[in-house]
Amino acid sequence: MSRLELEGLSHGYGETPVLQGLTLAAEAGALTALLGPSGCGKSTALRIAAGLLAPASGTVRIGGRDVTRIPPERRGAVMVFQSPHLFPKMSVAENVGFGLRMRRRPAAETARQVAAMLERTGLEGLGARRPAELSGGQAQRAALARALVLEPQVLLLDEPLSSLDAGLRSGMRALIRELQRETGTTTLVVTHDQAEAAALASHVALMLGGRIAQEGPPEEIYARPVSAEVARFFGAETFLPGHGRGTSFSSPVGPLALSAPAIGPGTLTIRPEAIRPGAGQNTLSARLVEAEFLGTATRLQLDVSGTILTALWRPAEAAGLSPGDIVQIHLPAENLWRLPSA
Amino acid sequence: MRPALVWLAAALLLLPLLPLIPWAFARGWFFPDLLPSRWSLAAWDYALSPAGGLLPALGVTTLIAALAATVSLALALPAARALGQRSFPGKGAMMLLVLAPVLVPGLAVTMGLQGLMTRAELTGTLAGVTLVHLIPVLPYATLLLAALFSGLDPDEEAQARSLGASPAAAFARVTLPALSPGLAAAWALGFLVSWSQYAPTLVAGAGQVQTLPLLLFAFLSSGRHDIAGAIGLVYLVPGLLVLALASRTLGRGLGASR
Repeated sequence: MSRLELEGLSHGYGETPVLQGLTLAAEAGALTALLGPSGCGKSTALRIAAGLLAPASGTVRIGGRDVTRIPPERRGAVMVFQSPHLFPKMSVAENVGFGLRMRRRPAAETARQVAAMLERTGLEGLGARRPAELSGGQAQRAALARALVLEPQVLLLDEPLSSLDAGLRSGMRALIRELQRETGTTTLVVTHDQAEAAALASHVALMLGGRIAQEGPPEEIYARPVSAEVARFFGAETFLPGHGRGTSFSSPVGPLALSAPAIGPGTLTIRPEAIRPGAGQNTLSARLVEAEFLGTATRLQLDVSGTILTALWRPAEAAGLSPGDIVQIHLPAENLWRLPSA
Repeated sequence: MRPALVWLAAALLLLPLLPLIPWAFARGWFFPDLLPSRWSLAAWDYALSPAGGLLPALGVTTLIAALAATVSLALALPAARALGQRSFPGKGAMMLLVLAPVLVPGLAVTMGLQGLMTRAELTGTLAGVTLVHLIPVLPYATLLLAALFSGLDPDEEAQARSLGASPAAAFARVTLPALSPGLAAAWALGFLVSWSQYAPTLVAGAGQVQTLPLLLFAFLSSGRHDIAGAIGLVYLVPGLLVLALASRTLGRGLGASR
């Protein structure tokens, strides 16, 4: 296991800059998620880490060694693409053994390792098949097996779940987590889905505008975003500008009690599921603008003296409410987060 | 329905060639007879004799066509890869430039090259004729391969590289197998284009390199339609082979796309 470090990476396609000084480390033996909206450059960063793309500037280090100019086949990082890219003319077993053959390992050893890896990924008995005869989930597992059988220093996964149906995702997610834990392979996963990143990784780096906007444990980014952009990406929709006076904050919806003192102008944010029905701390009277039933939750647009707050309640909590109703809500002080930047 | 279409296409291509058969096996065929009154193998006897020169010409033509097709594929691969998989400024102009030798009459180019070839002592040699055949063969090979490359996903090769394949190994193990049916078609097309060259062979070969088209034309212009018919039938063989193979793959392709 080796630490992967990307330092000050810049890259552009033509006139458009994609990466602007991206710095990120994936700790040795850990699973790190690189999260960002589509087109933010996270796949570009992964390709640079894999050596498939040369950065305009910056350094890639694996286990402390500068590999920026080392070709992909000799840098100890193996990338698994978004679509499995199994080689169609080879059998599944030949696909999984491809990298070992390229490393000129003895045939008997290769066969043994391939068989073990096929079994580990739930593909036993499918080694003789052609890739075209596999289901989408099996193909994705074969692609993962093909990379892991090499025991790479660093494993790079590009959107490993996005080509799968929703039903197969949790199984694949569990397999990735299990294999990563068993092998202790330093792993960097790229994804655009914040829930997927949170479920997979203990350390998440959110990438916005070509650089890392915030990184840390997913719970922390969730609860304490450093900026409105980060908060928005993680699903926050309510932002209240105002002025802190100690543990009280004057906002467009009235004075709000804070759990930690704040002085001066700033912006408060609160997650939709943290806005609760009924009376409590920071009780407000709101007019229901719209209620949207989403299955496991109901999304409410609430008007408090001209400011719209978005709340996410259990359907039972929102039952019987219709637009125009006046409802009592409260904003628990510990869930009001003051953004460090404006 | 579809086999019928293939048969129709084959008939349209083959019917005009039918008269070659009576010519090749006739002993005199005069107006207004529908078919020759007497048959014989005399034309074949002569064509196959040392004086007729069919066998050496067949060998030379096959060798040159195979060489031209093989060399043009090797030369076309890198260019076709760039044209098919990359985008760069001036790509359209580059495509046109690649096609230019097909647009300009080959004879004119050959005439222009003759001085150079004579100085390089290539005139009248097999190598010289092969080289001149590359002029029309190479554009076809390049454009056909470029179309094949544009249908490939470059990530497939990138995946092979990331798994530990050197550039050469990734190309040989992943890209070439994916291209192989198209490569065979490009080789066959190159072979046929070289096979049917007349004027460039005449100029570059300077009478020293006798290919089938030259032999055929010599007998035609001297009025020996019987011998020309026999040579013509032999001359048709590779084209018919390719047609048969193509119609099989085409038939399969149509079947698969249903």
